Amino acid sequence: MKLTVWTYEGPPHVGAMRVATGMKKLHYVLHAPQGDTYADLLFTMIERRDHRPPVTYTTFQARDLGADTAGLFKQACQDAYDRFQPEAIIVGASCTAELIQDDPGGLAETMGLPIPVIPLELPSYQRKENFGADETFFQLVKHLAKPQAKTERVSCNIIGPTALGFRHRDDVAEITNLLFELGIEVNVTAPMGSTPSDIVQMGKAHFNVLLYPETGETAARYCEKEFDQPYTKTVPIGAGATQDFIAEIRALSGSTAPLDSQALRQTWWSRSVDSTYLTGKRVFIFGDGTHVKAAARIARDEMGFEVAGLGCYNREYARDIRTIAKEFGVEALITDDYLLVEKTIEALQPEMILGTQMERHIGKRLGIPCAVISAPVHVQDFPARYSPQMGFEGANVIFDTWIHPLVMGLEEHLLHMFREDFEFNDAAGPSHHGGHQPAGIGSNQLRVAATEEQSAVLSTGGDVAIWLAEAEKELKKIPFFVRGKARRNTETYATSQGLSEISVDTLYEAKAFYAR
Amino acid sequence: MTELMPPPPATGCRTSPVLKQRGQREVFCGLTGIIWLHRKIQDAFFLVVGSRTCAHLLQSAAGVMIFAEPRFGTAILEEADLAGLKDAQAELDRTVEELLARRPDIRQLFLVGSCPSEVIKLDLNRAAERLTQTYAPKVRVLEYSGSGIETTFTQGEDACLAAMVPVLPKTDARELIVVGALPDVVEDQMVALLTDLGIGPLRILPARTIEDEIAVGPNTVFALTQPFLGDTHAALSRRGARHIAAPFPFGEEGTTAWLSAIAEEFNISCEVFDRVTEAPRRRARHAIGQAAAPLNDKSVFFFPDSQLEIPLARFLSRECGMTALEVGSPYIHDALHGPDLDLLPAGPQISEGQDVDLQLDRCRAAHPDLTVCGLGLANPLEAEGFATKWAIELVFTPVHFYEQAGDLAALFARPLRRKSILKVAAE
Repeated sequence: MKLTVWTYEGPPHVGAMRVATGMKKLHYVLHAPQGDTYADLLFTMIERRDHRPPVTYTTFQARDLGADTAGLFKQACQDAYDRFQPEAIIVGASCTAELIQDDPGGLAETMGLPIPVIPLELPSYQRKENFGADETFFQLVKHLAKPQAKTERVSCNIIGPTALGFRHRDDVAEITNLLFELGIEVNVTAPMGSTPSDIVQMGKAHFNVLLYPETGETAARYCEKEFDQPYTKTVPIGAGATQDFIAEIRALSGSTAPLDSQALRQTWWSRSVDSTYLTGKRVFIFGDGTHVKAAARIARDEMGFEVAGLGCYNREYARDIRTIAKEFGVEALITDDYLLVEKTIEALQPEMILGTQMERHIGKRLGIPCAVISAPVHVQDFPARYSPQMGFEGANVIFDTWIHPLVMGLEEHLLHMFREDFEFNDAAGPSHHGGHQPAGIGSNQLRVAATEEQSAVLSTGGDVAIWLAEAEKELKKIPFFVRGKARRNTETYATSQGLSEISVDTLYEAKAFYAR
Repeated sequence: MTELMPPPPATGCRTSPVLKQRGQREVFCGLTGIIWLHRKIQDAFFLVVGSRTCAHLLQSAAGVMIFAEPRFGTAILEEADLAGLKDAQAELDRTVEELLARRPDIRQLFLVGSCPSEVIKLDLNRAAERLTQTYAPKVRVLEYSGSGIETTFTQGEDACLAAMVPVLPKTDARELIVVGALPDVVEDQMVALLTDLGIGPLRILPARTIEDEIAVGPNTVFALTQPFLGDTHAALSRRGARHIAAPFPFGEEGTTAWLSAIAEEFNISCEVFDRVTEAPRRRARHAIGQAAAPLNDKSVFFFPDSQLEIPLARFLSRECGMTALEVGSPYIHDALHGPDLDLLPAGPQISEGQDVDLQLDRCRAAHPDLTVCGLGLANPLEAEGFATKWAIELVFTPVHFYEQAGDLAALFARPLRRKSILKVAAE
């Protein structure tokens, strides 16, 4: 038993739903009690889909348990076939149905439906949503795709995008366009947008472009082995990764088509002088493994940030993330415990968080700006406008998204200079964000005060030096967005010098020590 | 005291044939009630003993994602718990210890059963008794089931309140208990109305904290503010309390009828009743008149969701000029829903339970002006051109009693107003 407050991933059958809902002419018959139908709203509300997910739930009740739940399943399966006439059906059990062991796969097989029926084994008590999507797509490919003659012109499949994916819609458009410019045709994009009969044709492609390893890697490996299709290893998030991705594509395809990279504005935006203030900002990065890997590289090499810590919630990527963390000289945080992530961020006091919707809330509580880089998703992650994360436009979007929560360069200086100003002060937050209250009213100041109180409590414990009143007062003159870091640096410095008290001098000595 | 009310319809719906279908249901399970109960009962924590799906449901149903540390959580069953490698009861003890150490402010702990815990027959009753002994008197531990194989959406609140009834102390005093979790502002209005009528002593279940004394006995009478409290009704009746049957307090008519039934029970004179209710009744009628214009002469179709459907259909039919085409409810209890069915003019198909695909076919054929349905169906129906009202909003918004009657009409009117003001059609 594990006590959980919030979860980063849903159960594995939700992953299977992401595959089925992204596809067309595929139906998912899910043996599940009525409450599990909540999952429909993930797609109709969060993603604003205008169709119900193609899922039939058997919705058994307590009184069915002693009776014939297997019969119920077969009836639901038959009804779904008759009504929706899909090209293929996937069948499986949710966590509760797994316990009653009706074997949906075996039952469906005995029905003799005239279409492929693909059973899914998704262990609900061991695995999670990403596994469910990856495994479902793999089973579809394994059951449906057949070796085929390769297309005459060089072509590829795009693998990994699903319904309810973080910016998948726009990433696919961006990368499809990039491949087009390189003279490469896209044979099949799957699962999102494909039909079962498209999956059958996947073997025609010369190679695969794996956009989302979390949901497509097992299928990509299978295709490599069975259809002799190598797949791309670089996920094109960020300017550098996109260049590497292009090089990989050229090597796989032999394409020498010239590419116009004028649309990549991010590199100049980052070099332009206004961005100087981004230098060395300490960021904490958390999300799924793939997005964290990409974000760490962008943060350090393309934004000039300092990566203060990083981690991921999907254990499958623990090894990759540990390797990256080592390269960055930080500790990797591999956990799906929201409260532990919060505690880590509190201790590290970064100037910015690059995280998920959940870290956004941690940031709000701790008064640290946050930009979202990864699922779990929220209705805000499905903007109406074109907003990819991948390719050149993706790099531009990321630049804008990441700097938006921050106080901008000159404004930061002004805050240092005139921090007593009644309406232009550090508790008021960045001036380009609306809705902030003037100082002295409402929650902003309280929040800052609360954060400080917490760190004050922290600082009295153990071998941490005690702040003298004058030094404490001086610390308060430092704007809120660097105050946490100043406190932490000073305490670290004091401890390293064996000091038991922190004076104003200690504060400035620490400042000089850490100057950059 | 009912002189201002329109007469009941010549034929109501109480004896109408009920369409009962069995197929896929599109409803939440009872765990969803935790979303509002954990806010209502301020010293309580709700620990779901279930799966990752349960945790994911609570998080998604909260939708808005209330990320302050909530007073609910999930003890997620793992492979070792199911394989019998670990003693589930011992695991539960350990989890509760961890939880109570983390939240020393908690005075009431609800262990909430789920589909998986029901199927593996995890005995939460025994666990609750044992844990109560361990943590008494500081913490009281109760259990109920919010599982989707036993409860539909609002039945979770019913199960929770019903679980509290057996541990209420006994009394012989003549007291009124009002049952049902209401938003604080609405509860305060209700208390003020009953107090002004001279009715008391008045107790409320659920109380905001464990310190608020409620007792029950043969001289207790109780009124329900929510139409989904069937089990709580039965539990209170078993303790000897008597139910005051009435239409539910939605709209001016419902509120007046509800108050009037209680006033009659307590022998309050017509003069007092009229004096106390005259002004709020006038306000409510005025507010409904303002808000309900877009609803007049429009038709409405209810998918089953919260068991609020019948009283709300009555409100929309009698006070907003709407015609109900189908009124679907997950369950229909005559003792609870009868008085509202009496007032609902004959005509609509009354349905209990659901086969969602067949019901969608009926909805498309009926072509209602407004469809009340769950979140999973709303956008797909909007995309087909149907104006929809999310049913869940009716559970999360203050809609009871006089001062909210206009707001209730406005909730239904908003989708129609919106449809009429948007000039760019969706594709």
